[in-house]
Amino acid sequence: MIRVLVSRDAIDIAAEVERLEQGGAVATFTGLVRADDGVATLELEHYPGATEAALTRLAEDATARWSLTAATIVHRVGPMAPGERIVFVGTCSAHRAAALESCAFLIDRLKTDAPFWKRETVEGTSRWVEARAADEDAAARWS
Amino acid sequence: MKLLYFAWVRERIGLAEEDVMPPAAVATVADLVAWLAPRSPGHAAAFADPARLRAAVDQAFVPLDTPVAGAREVAIFPPVTGG
Repeated sequence: MIRVLVSRDAIDIAAEVERLEQGGAVATFTGLVRADDGVATLELEHYPGATEAALTRLAEDATARWSLTAATIVHRVGPMAPGERIVFVGTCSAHRAAALESCAFLIDRLKTDAPFWKRETVEGTSRWVEARAADEDAAARWS
Repeated sequence: MKLLYFAWVRERIGLAEEDVMPPAAVATVADLVAWLAPRSPGHAAAFADPARLRAAVDQAFVPLDTPVAGAREVAIFPPVTGG
């Protein structure tokens, strides 16, 4: 079962984990908005339609590669405050190795393959977040 | 052809989308960017450094040397920063 959701609403972790429980092993990753360098708000822009398609393709790739019984990707868009959940990735498989590896694959590849852009506001000044070379490297290890 | 702009590309141009009819000489996404740059000071600012641009043709991520013939929708944007 693949679940992909791009939403302005808060992420309900308990409900998402419960939906994933379709086998012997569930692995999850949750990303929270960091308050690095005094970030007061973070705003997420995306490419409607293309975002959902890219996330669905990633979940399908993971499902085929690790024989998953469930894969979920939930990403928030719009304005967020430090500490809020921005992304949730979860996988379910018969055994832990497949669940853990596929979960890492999904969050690594999501960072480079899905059309989201972050804008952060620090002390009243907002700026677009620059892409990081380390994210490209992390995504490349799965190819 | 429908063009979509995101993040600072959208902000510099001042438009989220526009419809254009590029001439036949515009073969690739890179050609399209070069053809669009003189349209306004905003376009020129957004497209000043093509190395900082990424693109999608009909919603699929592609390199800038990808042909645009027959494309319905071309999106131009900075490197992505989700997750």
